[in-house]
Amino acid sequence: MTRELWKGNDAFAEAALRAGLQAYFGYPITPQTEALEYMSRRMPELGRAFLQAESELGAINMVYGAACTGARVMTSTSSPGTSLMMEGLSYIAGTEVPMVLVDVVRGGPGLGNIAPSQGDYNQIVHGGGHGDYHPIVLAPASIQETVDIVYGMFDLAEKYRAIGIVMIDGSIGQMIEPAEMPPMLDIRKDIPEWAVRGGTGDDRRILTSIFLEPEELELANIRIMKRWQQVEQNEIRFKDYYMDGAKIAVISNGSAGRVALSAVRTARAEGLPVGLMRPISLSPFPENAVNEIAKQVDSILVVEMNSGMMLEDILKSAQGNANVEFYGRMGGMMPLPDEILGEIRRIAGTSTPPIGHPRDRWLNRIESIVQ
Amino acid sequence: MTTLNIKDMEIIYQHPDALIDISTHLCPGCTHGVAHRLVAEVIDEMGLAEKTIGVASVGCSVFAYNYFNFDFVQSPHGRAPAMATGVKRVRPDRIVLTYQGDGDMISIGAGEIVAAAGRGENITVIFINNANYGMTGGQMAPTTLPGMKTTSSPNGRDVEQMGYPIRASELLATQEGSSYIVRRSLHDPKNIRMAKKAIRLAFETQARGLGFSMVELLSTCPTNWHMTPVNAAKWVEEKMIPYYPLGDYKVHPAISELKI
Repeated sequence: MTRELWKGNDAFAEAALRAGLQAYFGYPITPQTEALEYMSRRMPELGRAFLQAESELGAINMVYGAACTGARVMTSTSSPGTSLMMEGLSYIAGTEVPMVLVDVVRGGPGLGNIAPSQGDYNQIVHGGGHGDYHPIVLAPASIQETVDIVYGMFDLAEKYRAIGIVMIDGSIGQMIEPAEMPPMLDIRKDIPEWAVRGGTGDDRRILTSIFLEPEELELANIRIMKRWQQVEQNEIRFKDYYMDGAKIAVISNGSAGRVALSAVRTARAEGLPVGLMRPISLSPFPENAVNEIAKQVDSILVVEMNSGMMLEDILKSAQGNANVEFYGRMGGMMPLPDEILGEIRRIAGTSTPPIGHPRDRWLNRIESIVQ
Repeated sequence: MTTLNIKDMEIIYQHPDALIDISTHLCPGCTHGVAHRLVAEVIDEMGLAEKTIGVASVGCSVFAYNYFNFDFVQSPHGRAPAMATGVKRVRPDRIVLTYQGDGDMISIGAGEIVAAAGRGENITVIFINNANYGMTGGQMAPTTLPGMKTTSSPNGRDVEQMGYPIRASELLATQEGSSYIVRRSLHDPKNIRMAKKAIRLAFETQARGLGFSMVELLSTCPTNWHMTPVNAAKWVEEKMIPYYPLGDYKVHPAISELKI
């Protein structure tokens, strides 16, 4: 295979259908729409199901229905659409059927804008829909990584009968860069032993998320949470860069992590002892790895394209072992390498431990930076 | 004393195989049970149990999957037509039905049902209209009649404040994608027989790949209407049918020619 230029939204769509995707249901929303358009051409060409739904509510429930038949199925959307899909995601989690969602995150809250953001972190990583469940959430930082992660996400979702979410921001959806596509897999012919397919008597199958007896629901909750423990044990993913001997660790995911890497490289060239950790699995979160880093370094700088949502997970994981600072841009703004570099220099030049919550300190600084 | 020898008698009526022989959660006198039975009889007659996937909805219909003897999935409130669409699009050779009440289908699920009809989605919808939210204890539904008292319209539905009941069959019949849209009633034996034939034709529509089919069934809710079952049946005839006229609202030519 050769590397070709791919737009992010087209690339993850092609990767999904190469993974044996049997059905795609979606709804137009910027900055994700190219994926829907791409699927509308490619899926019928391959004789597979494509449908533009009446809404994101419709789309996620079409996914739900198809998932109940054991088909490989996905949807993609952007933040306001993800909010609408939360109902369906909770039902899908409660029914324990696998599916994949790609969320191309844009600025919020509300209609916000169509520029890149990481403002869906809380609603995706920390729940969203009602009830006790966790989706598997992976956050790539390039188009190649997006392709590879989407390609593998169906296996993960099916292994754990869970929701697999690939969270990218609008910039990854919209940008074009070289990527190599994985090989085309065959459509799976077998029907999983739990899926509905038409059966009667002893062969009858029912898929539901209702357990009216609290004792029964609790057992289902325990089953789902035990399965999640397996995910936590097996599926932690992150990447370290220049962490050897680092005394300052930048921790940042997705596009923000990629920008942070540029800043870290420059800082290293200046002789500053700084490294980068880029969490790829946001759920399950690499808590132990962050804890180890916190023990190694003096300071952690969390960089996000939101108001410090992953920051809370870092604070929890660091357990006070390092000073934690935060730098974020919101509203669809992306941090520039120089801004992050400035933060690294500032931290390197400060010897007194900071006081208060890192978000408060950032809010005190940020206006003078953005204005 | 004379003994009756039934050994050599022909069985002309028995419990349908497609309906599980257990007691239901439904109230005495409620016609959900009749609707369940009619659907099951049609599934048996057409030999569809091994190729049918049902989609239950939210409301008194929520436990449909406990009673029908074939595969079922359970939808979020109002989303059954979307979920059925997902099932049908990946398993087009299966018969897919939704079983929905009025609050589910034409209030919270109004978007999904209209879109499914518009697409001509090749599914069958059994729509139970009993003019209130039964499961939650009898609140006003989009189908509640003008002046009708419910727990959330205690002085009667005031159309100035709460608007008018929605006639779903008439609405869906305007869609080009709809192929079989009829309204029947379950208040007496004659109408029940007509309802069964309509359910049969709805499944025949789907089996022939003709597109969207929906049978609206006017139903009783004695508990929430605070009536005896007999009075509830009478109320359907005297109050509901005038507002919701029975009849065929859209029938595909291939189905009107069909002799069943």
